[in-house]
Amino acid sequence: MVKLKPEDLASIRERMARTMSLREGKARAHVTVHLGTCGIAAGARNVMRVLMDLLEQRDAEDILLTTSGCAGLCSCEPMMTVEVKGQAPVKYIHLDEAKTVQIFESHVLAGKIVQEYALAVGSERVG
Amino acid sequence: MKPYRMHLMLCTGTGCVSNKAFRIRQVLEETLVRHHLQDEIAVVPTGCNGFCAQGPVMVVQPDGIFYQMLTERDVAELVEEHFLKGRPVRRLMFTPSGEREPVPRMSDIGFFGKQRLVALRNRGLIDPEKIEDYIARDGYAALSKILTELTPEQVIEEVKQSGLRGRGGAGFPAGRKWESRRRAPGEPKYVVCNADEGDPGAFMDRSIIESDPHSVLEGMMIGAYAIGAGRGYVYIRHEYPLAVERLDIAIRQAREFGLLGTDILGRGFDFDIEIRRGAGAFVCGETTSLVASIEGQPPEPRQRPPRTTLWGKPVNINNVETWANVPVILLRGAAWFASIGTEKSKGTKVFSLVGKVRNTGLVEVPMGITIREVVFDIGGGLADGKRFKAIQTGGPSGGCIPASLQDLPIDYEQLTEAGSMMGSGGLIVMDESDCMVDVARYFLEFLTDESCGKCTACREGVPVMYRMLAEICEGRGNEGDLELLEELSQAVIDASLCGLGKSAPNPVLSTLRYFRDEYQAHIRDRCCPACVCKALFHYLIDADICNGCGACKKSCPHEAIEGQAKSVHRILQDQCTKCGACFDVCPKDAVTKNPNPIETREPREVNELVPA
Ligand SMILES: Cc1cc2nc3c(=O)[nH]c(=O)nc-3n(C[C@H](O)[C@H](O)[C@H](O)COP(=O)(O)O)c2cc1C
Repeated sequence: MVKLKPEDLASIRERMARTMSLREGKARAHVTVHLGTCGIAAGARNVMRVLMDLLEQRDAEDILLTTSGCAGLCSCEPMMTVEVKGQAPVKYIHLDEAKTVQIFESHVLAGKIVQEYALAVGSERVG
Repeated sequence: MKPYRMHLMLCTGTGCVSNKAFRIRQVLEETLVRHHLQDEIAVVPTGCNGFCAQGPVMVVQPDGIFYQMLTERDVAELVEEHFLKGRPVRRLMFTPSGEREPVPRMSDIGFFGKQRLVALRNRGLIDPEKIEDYIARDGYAALSKILTELTPEQVIEEVKQSGLRGRGGAGFPAGRKWESRRRAPGEPKYVVCNADEGDPGAFMDRSIIESDPHSVLEGMMIGAYAIGAGRGYVYIRHEYPLAVERLDIAIRQAREFGLLGTDILGRGFDFDIEIRRGAGAFVCGETTSLVASIEGQPPEPRQRPPRTTLWGKPVNINNVETWANVPVILLRGAAWFASIGTEKSKGTKVFSLVGKVRNTGLVEVPMGITIREVVFDIGGGLADGKRFKAIQTGGPSGGCIPASLQDLPIDYEQLTEAGSMMGSGGLIVMDESDCMVDVARYFLEFLTDESCGKCTACREGVPVMYRMLAEICEGRGNEGDLELLEELSQAVIDASLCGLGKSAPNPVLSTLRYFRDEYQAHIRDRCCPACVCKALFHYLIDADICNGCGACKKSCPHEAIEGQAKSVHRILQDQCTKCGACFDVCPKDAVTKNPNPIETREPREVNELVPA
């Protein structure tokens, strides 16, 4: 390990920012994947994996990824709910890899709802 | 850095570890692997969470869900239900007493609600064995700031302005101490962290080191820069193996990162820290004994010179918690710190809250919080629905404050005025079943053992006071004992060199001040109103309640209970040793404790107590 300089402290802090916002529960957006038995059977764990990879690739440090149980619409699984701070939560249904990527890029990162995959806007509060 | 979606902040403080937290960690990690979740979810071992009574505890982030009293058998359900499917497990959550619904989120639990974390700012949020975790929470930012922006004099001024006072007992202003050490002639200079923590039942300092060792190291680095010291020692008792280990790891990591050693942060500042282990005597925490112990001499207090020295050179000693506060003060500013607390007591204080409250554990609260808030809002009130009687503060040589003063704000001045003291922050809550004479006896016994023996008044006076109290508890007290105790107290205070002797009579004086009636009942009426002193109360079986089940008779080791099956039983007072077995075993609560009736006995000679 090389000896630190004052500016190195800041870069360590930056590198750790996502870890810390996770522990402090601070986030700009909150994505919930419904991981009930029905969701898992329909492929929700793959949706989760795709999202985790996206988080890493995009270095998106202020986005929280959580899971919840069955949302009661088993026939629409896999599902996820996206809640951007200050906006109503949106539920997305019948997800696959491509849709997940699109929703992440458009809604989670850029704040634009992807209407065509959305079930309902503001049907419930998440988190 | 690979992201995780969930962090399991598992408490691995000493309390939870003794309840198998390390084993739970292992099973958790194995179970996560079995469910292919190891890349999504991380297990993070943290220092003491504070809610020790409920341990082992774990907080799941980002949801903030608090789980308690975990066993390895709970792990499978937690992983499958909560961590995989997002359905928190209610049966493992905290349910406040008297309520049905559990409280899922840690921030909504009363125990945590009124706390304000400054010294413990990183508690439960970092892995104490990872320096990056500390840095991520603004660790070493204060050091970096002062080395680039402030002169030592400015650092001292900031600490003075903050109003920070020593957390180890006496409450001396930290900035003023630093200033005098900076001005003191002699090189090299030293800084010392006092982690002796000899108070029985106290674990504030241990927890700070276990949960955030770097905060203490950074505080010492800042102090060393301000004073002009090149070397520091952490004096810690060897009974704290986990704290020593984490401190050792932290020191090594800090050296590796160039935060200890030469030319720290490239700013030309040289400083290093070593651990010194003590054998764990109460008196070793006293400044002059501690210095003697570091020098390799017997830990006896010395006549206090105007300034304490180590190997003849200036040394600045502060307590663990004092040091842990320093980085935040420099980072957030003196004004911010001074905005918390009361007029003369700034900031927060960490207390170990124990005794008869429901929620025992480690709490950090703003100075000026009332006793009532600590006992009822944080502590959840008295266990078993008993009545609040008194709170003992300040460690073994502190004092007892009665429930009638429960609106007293807790700060240095108020506690001293009430006949007790802040001490290092022990809080023992007592209820109606605690006898205050017995409490005083207990602490005097501890102090008798811990007196180093150097000063006659402490060596001889404290044991005499102890034996008088023991006699009173045994029903052999005399008229005039209380006055004699007061006289002896004054003599011990006047003629002792160090704080141990000077404060040893406190437990007696404060209980005499508020509970004189109770002493008098012991002496005059041969009666212990709280039914603690065995010679002064007796057990009875309530004939209206007893159903003759015979459980008491079977449990009695002395055949002191008679009675036929299905008929009322009776205790034979002559044979009863008051072991309490019947009281504990009775399914109907028909066995009761009763203060003795008035009885006269032969008075004894007071002189018998003084050894020849
Ligand atoms: C008998 C006795 C025991 C003490 N034990 C401790 C202790 O365990 N830890 C501690 O920090 N201070 C202890 N002190 C207080 C120290 O003498 C000293 O005041 C303190 O370490 C200074 O640091 P502070 O100003 O930061 O509180 C003790 C004092 C006495 C008289």
